[in-house]
Amino acid sequence: MVPDVSTPTTGEAAAAPRPAEPRSALRALASARGTSVIGALLVSVLAASFLVEGFASGRNAGFVVLDIAAIALIALPMTLVIITGEIDLSVASTLGLTSAVMGQLWVAGLPLETIVPFCLVLGAVLGAVNGLLVTVAGLPSLAVTIGTMALYRGLAYVILGDRAVADFPLSWTGGATSRIPGTPIPWVAVLILVLALVFGVLLHSTAFGRSLYAIGSNDEAARFSGISVGRTKLWLFVATGAVAALAGVFWTLQYGSARADNAAGLELSVVAAVLLGGVSIFGGVGALPGVLGGVLLLGTIRNALQLADVSSDTLSIVTGLLLVVSVVAPNAVARMRARRPGPGAPRSRRPGGPDVPRPFSSRTER
Amino acid sequence: MSRSLLRYGATAGALAGLVLMTAACGTTTRGSTEDEAGASATGEADPNAEIPEGLAISFLPKQLNNPYFTYADAGGEEAVEEVGGEYKEVGPSDASASSQVSYINTLSQQGSDVIVLAANDPNAVCGALNQARQAGGRIVTYDSDTDPECRDVFINQASAEGLAQTQVKLIAEQVGGEGEIAFLSASPNATNQNAWLELMEEELAKPEYEGIEVVDTVYGNDDDQKSFQEMQGLMQSHPDLRGVVSPTTVGLAAAARYLSGSEYKGDVALTGLGTPNQMREYVEDGTVEEFALWDPKDLGYLAAYTGASLAAGRITGEEGQTFEAGRLGEYEIGAEGEVVLGPPTVFNADNIDDYDF
Repeated sequence: MVPDVSTPTTGEAAAAPRPAEPRSALRALASARGTSVIGALLVSVLAASFLVEGFASGRNAGFVVLDIAAIALIALPMTLVIITGEIDLSVASTLGLTSAVMGQLWVAGLPLETIVPFCLVLGAVLGAVNGLLVTVAGLPSLAVTIGTMALYRGLAYVILGDRAVADFPLSWTGGATSRIPGTPIPWVAVLILVLALVFGVLLHSTAFGRSLYAIGSNDEAARFSGISVGRTKLWLFVATGAVAALAGVFWTLQYGSARADNAAGLELSVVAAVLLGGVSIFGGVGALPGVLGGVLLLGTIRNALQLADVSSDTLSIVTGLLLVVSVVAPNAVARMRARRPGPGAPRSRRPGGPDVPRPFSSRTER
Repeated sequence: MSRSLLRYGATAGALAGLVLMTAACGTTTRGSTEDEAGASATGEADPNAEIPEGLAISFLPKQLNNPYFTYADAGGEEAVEEVGGEYKEVGPSDASASSQVSYINTLSQQGSDVIVLAANDPNAVCGALNQARQAGGRIVTYDSDTDPECRDVFINQASAEGLAQTQVKLIAEQVGGEGEIAFLSASPNATNQNAWLELMEEELAKPEYEGIEVVDTVYGNDDDQKSFQEMQGLMQSHPDLRGVVSPTTVGLAAAARYLSGSEYKGDVALTGLGTPNQMREYVEDGTVEEFALWDPKDLGYLAAYTGASLAAGRITGEEGQTFEAGRLGEYEIGAEGEVVLGPPTVFNADNIDDYDF
């Protein structure tokens, strides 16, 4: 397998992770795969509007946004994590544990104004546990977060068992799904956009953001050029945990039901959306606008197929195929380019020939 | 590097906090009261209203490809055809708390007149159901209810009293009215199981059952192997045991499997709640004489008729209203908008082959 060579940014960062020129941020934004996802999104929205009855309405758009809200929130920090070549599979369990804690504290009589900040801090701590195991203990994030995925979910069951806490006040549960006055768009869209802006600016126009691409392309080189690889990754895991907890608070209020099994399996949808959005699972490649496009594309396709009365089994087949294609296609394209170099096509992104891709590199420290 | 990172982190945190905090002023605790009146049935019922042609009646089971719901929804389809409506079955492939919400939204977007739902979580679906009702849809729950404020009518498969009475009657007949019996239940903290056990004890206290003595209650945790072992243990610790009641489908099937391969086969009576497909071989080989459950097909059938009657305006879901449900006859709406399907169906060698679920 030949690693991704779809964006010039990658090659540059890998060859010499020095403070990049301002143009590289723009290039990352215009990443080929990100653009094609947004194109695919527009095409599917147009097609669904004409072909699927009931799709093209504001009310339905509101449903889609609520459906993908939790995925969209968690996909933002996950993008940064995957760009550094790591992964966090414990996000859905963090969400479930947050939900369970939220329910238990509510039963204990604490005010929601105290519970919510506590839950966000808890999420950050859970993320820090992942981050420390990856950076200090030097374990592969895939293994670490598969472990904490089971651990956090187990803790959630210890706390809440198979009970559900559902007597949250209507002002909060209704607030979570309420719409911006005069529009069918729920308020959570604003929360997603604000966080997208924060993570987008961080990734695409700061030195920190550029260092993520450098780490994802070649973490040895990144370290030698003075980037604090461990600390950077630790912060990313903390952010992912905190946002997963935020999604947990939102989820609990959205469905008005705190349960230990909330969002079981959501981590796969998040990773799917991120990869669909043009982020390379091998690290070093990707852009946030593409990821937002990927999240919306998943949501749109699910919604349109549901409205067209396609069964849930067929639906998961379609989603799975999309994901496989989004991972395979860039590699196939890269391979073709490497075989038949055209103008502007980089032959190999690293000096000395193509590397073997190293997903979820464990060699981040020492 | 780390300073700019800190700055961005702080900004992100502050923004996220701000958005959340603006959601409410003052503190909100569990004790604070709030007006939470849900949508309720409105308008007068007209028992003679015509059921309009072409009602869109959609079934949303706990999950698709579950034999129980496939069978129940077949009854729904039968009834929808009888009233000249359009039948549809949609649903998630997993039975998680929130997975039904997007299907409810889709149905309400498609303008379904009636949504017949078996809820995975009594509350997670409420917001979506209320929106569907505001859009003019009628909501009937079957098998598993939601919060009563979120639906019009709940079709209860069987009352707890009915299930308890039937099981006690079956075991009393099978042990000849006297002797030691035991219970094989699910888990010690399963609410419905404990309610049934309590009602069965009450029923057994009646004079006509004075020859019967309950000597033990064991728990198989709805786990096949654990239930099998518990059944084995029961037989060893109570040599005079005459019969066992297992009010759980997993427990009943495991107990029957143990008995059919043991020396007690045919001597020790076994009954409880089970599905015909799980129990068929044990009825055929003589291990089990009779057991009970409701007929899911009738459940779906009644739910569809209830939905059609609601959409036609024959009923509004108020207590005391009555309506006609095709081949099942007349039903009355009970307290909290609940309709009970009827006494449980008893399965034995004569009728078990008529059922496939």
